Amino acid sequence: MSPRFAATRLAMLVVTVLVSSLAIHGAMFLTPGDPATLLVGGSRNPDPAVLAQIHRAYHLDDPFLQGYWHWLGDCLRGDFGKSLVYRDSVADLIGDRAGTTLALVLYASVLVLAAGTVIGTVAALRGGRTETLATTVTAGAMAVPTFVMAVLLIWLFAVKLPWFPVYGSGEGFTGTLTHLTLPAAALAMTWIGYVAQVTRTAVRAEMRSEHVETARSRGVPERTVIRRHVLHNASGPVFAVSGVGIAGIIATAAVAEQAFGTGGLGALMIEAAAKQDMAVVQAVSLIFVVVFVLINTAVDLISTALDPRAAQKEAR
Amino acid sequence: MTTAPLSGTTTGTGRTKAKRTRPRDRLTLGAGCVVGLFVLLAVLGPLLAPHDPNAVDPMNVYAGPSATHLLGTDDTGRDLLSRLIAGTRASLAAPAVVVAVSTVLGTLLALTAAWSGGWVDRLVSGALDIVFGFPGLILAVLVAAVFGAGLTAPIVALSIAYLPLITRVVRSAALRERNLPYVSALQLLGAPTARIWTRHLLPNLLPLVLVQATIGFGYALLDVAAISFLGLGSRPPDPEWGLMVSNGAPSILSGQPQQSLYAGLAILIVVVAFNLLGTGLSRRLLGDNA
Repeated sequence: MSPRFAATRLAMLVVTVLVSSLAIHGAMFLTPGDPATLLVGGSRNPDPAVLAQIHRAYHLDDPFLQGYWHWLGDCLRGDFGKSLVYRDSVADLIGDRAGTTLALVLYASVLVLAAGTVIGTVAALRGGRTETLATTVTAGAMAVPTFVMAVLLIWLFAVKLPWFPVYGSGEGFTGTLTHLTLPAAALAMTWIGYVAQVTRTAVRAEMRSEHVETARSRGVPERTVIRRHVLHNASGPVFAVSGVGIAGIIATAAVAEQAFGTGGLGALMIEAAAKQDMAVVQAVSLIFVVVFVLINTAVDLISTALDPRAAQKEAR
Repeated sequence: MTTAPLSGTTTGTGRTKAKRTRPRDRLTLGAGCVVGLFVLLAVLGPLLAPHDPNAVDPMNVYAGPSATHLLGTDDTGRDLLSRLIAGTRASLAAPAVVVAVSTVLGTLLALTAAWSGGWVDRLVSGALDIVFGFPGLILAVLVAAVFGAGLTAPIVALSIAYLPLITRVVRSAALRERNLPYVSALQLLGAPTARIWTRHLLPNLLPLVLVQATIGFGYALLDVAAISFLGLGSRPPDPEWGLMVSNGAPSILSGQPQQSLYAGLAILIVVVAFNLLGTGLSRRLLGDNA
């Protein structure tokens, strides 16, 4: 990977985060009334003294960019302001819920990586009926939206077959695991489909490639050919699509959290948006966007480090 | 590249090819019929619904399928079939606006970028890369926090979020088209830019734009439904499908999954139909075998 590519990519990361945070902060000025009304927590006739206090705390009377700079600086120091709906500091609200979301995203990511690569590899190596079945099932999994998958899983595995609990995030390791299994599966399903299809195509392409033929004709045992020459070379595109999948899981975690009532950052953000509690929405959406962009950048950088040709493909 | 038009002109191979692709064409046609049916339902919806979609009947909750209620009733005794039919309009209208706005803006942006080149092109591409880094769902939640729940938030947010997708594809096609000799020839002949755009570039790009809009519609429907499911889109008692899935969710635990499953199935059918129609059109209009 050329240092130039890394530098461009990192510069893009910084610009994207800056512009996104500008949009997140600027959004509240789109409201037809006083932006401070979005920060008092939806009360229709707020106390003027409280409004004045909010104006001071959020620098709403300063020029826009100055106010933005104050807000961003506070966020970077971990001070996200106060929620008047929850009567708590936003940082505490986030701290209480971040663990659940992190566990959910990790769980779903593990499912995507494990199930996606295994299904794709087995389908490509076995071929025939196994491959047709895998392709059909994964195409079906990709077509079902996350929130529909969520209600389907609740009906099948919590009501028809009462195997899993559906509310809360559970206590202890096994409790968390059982509570988060269905939400993680609902989140992962689409991306298991994607990863499986990309894996299948990549493994197939490698199986037909010349270097694999050469290895076989040299008498290298089939097991070694598959492990060292097929799977190793197919890992590039699989890694790239998995990374995109994990970023996608973070972006849609809110849907699963809401559908299963597990609680978490996404559920907090949606609840706060419904109550027009802007301080919370801004803080949580900033966190989601930063993590989303960070992961996408990391995937790009690692993909190029693994396969420098990817950078050339991207350069237009 | 050069072999494609050659094999196309020899009518013999052309015909056998057409015969071989027939099952796929039938699939596209079927998908088109499904899409047409749902568009018809969206237009005529309330006229076709056998019952008032919002009429509650406390004596008749969770009724099973019967002659009067073909799909049964929900937790307040409302007729599910009528709600699904009446909800077609709300479920299809918002994505239609999203696709219309992002397609028109995206095509204009793509043409401007490809035509001007240089820093304009770089600026447009850079700005779109930034928008692309902002997940549509998060943007929708942010907009909903400002404007309150309602279809404004998903429409505004998704129109912005879909802009990079359509613009990227159209821009690279417009760039190829712009560099074809006939464009320079027209310019040398003194044809005004506006005329080259409306008479030549746009008509040539139209099939691609149509394909992108068709595929985009399926995704937009899914995203709007997801936002309504989260409680930030359509508002009760609207029979919008995403909202119906979430309305029915509490009943699932008491063994009544009908509302959520039927509405989810409706979403799934329409999304898959638009996707198949889009890929089919892409094969027919653009000739790629993807």
